[in-house]
Amino acid sequence: MTMRTPLARVRGFGSARSGTEHFWRQRLTAVANVPLTIAFVLIVVSLLGRNHAAAQQILGSPLVAIVMLLFIGSVTYHMRIGMQVIIEDYVHDEIRKLVLFMLNTFFTIAVALASAYAIFKLSFGV
Amino acid sequence: MAETKAPAQRPLSPHLQIYRPMLTMMMSIVHRITGAALYFGTLIVAWWLLAAAAGQNAYGVFEGFATSWVGRVVLFGYTWALLHHMLGGIRHFVWDLGYGFGPEEREWLVRANLVGSIALTVLLWLCFAMFGMR
Repeated sequence: MTMRTPLARVRGFGSARSGTEHFWRQRLTAVANVPLTIAFVLIVVSLLGRNHAAAQQILGSPLVAIVMLLFIGSVTYHMRIGMQVIIEDYVHDEIRKLVLFMLNTFFTIAVALASAYAIFKLSFGV
Repeated sequence: MAETKAPAQRPLSPHLQIYRPMLTMMMSIVHRITGAALYFGTLIVAWWLLAAAAGQNAYGVFEGFATSWVGRVVLFGYTWALLHHMLGGIRHFVWDLGYGFGPEEREWLVRANLVGSIALTVLLWLCFAMFGMR
C-alpha cells in the first residue's frame, strides 16, 4: 500500500519524462511567435534590395536587434519542443530516441546562440 | 510473474490509411511538415544573420544564394511554410479555446488557413519583385 497520490506516480512517466509543462510552453512560445514572426517578416521586407551596410545598420539598431533576439529565442525554443514531439511519435527505440533528443537540443541551442551572437556583433560592432 | 507474455493480437485502433482523407486531416499533416521544414529553414536565418555580422564578402555570398533560382525556390517555400504554420497556429489557438469544432466552422478554418497563407506569400513575393530585384 502506497501513500503516494496517483498524480505523483504519474509525474515523470510520460514518454518525454514530463507532463503538461511542454504543452504549456509550446502554446506560450506559439503565442509569442505570432507577433514576432510578423515583425521578422517586416524586417526582412524592409531590407529587400538593400546593400550590406544598410542591412548591418538596420539589424544592429536597438529595436530591430531586440525583436530579432526575441524572435530567435522564442522560435528555437518552440522548434525544440515541436521536434521532440515528432521524435516521440515516430522513434520507439529507447536509445535512438535519447540520441535524437540530444541532437535536437544541441541543434536548437547552436542555432539560437549563433544567431544571437550575430545580432550582438551587429549591434556592438565588435 | 517473472516472464512477460507476448502482447495479445488485438485489433489496433484505425490509423491514417483507414480513413478517407479529409481536409482537416491533411492540414494537420501539413502543419507538422511545415514545422519540420521550418526547423531546418532556421539555418538560413542564422546564415543570413551571421553573414551580415561577418562582413561584406560573406553577405555577398548569402545574397548570391538568395537571388539564385535554387535560393529563390527555397526562400519562397520558407516564406509559405512560415506563414502557413503561423496561421495554422492561430487556427489551433481557436480550437484550444474550444471554438470552431462544428463541421462547417472547422472546414472554414482550414480553408482560410490555406488561402491566407498562399495569398500572403504571393503578396510578399510581389513586394520582393517590386523592391528587391536588382
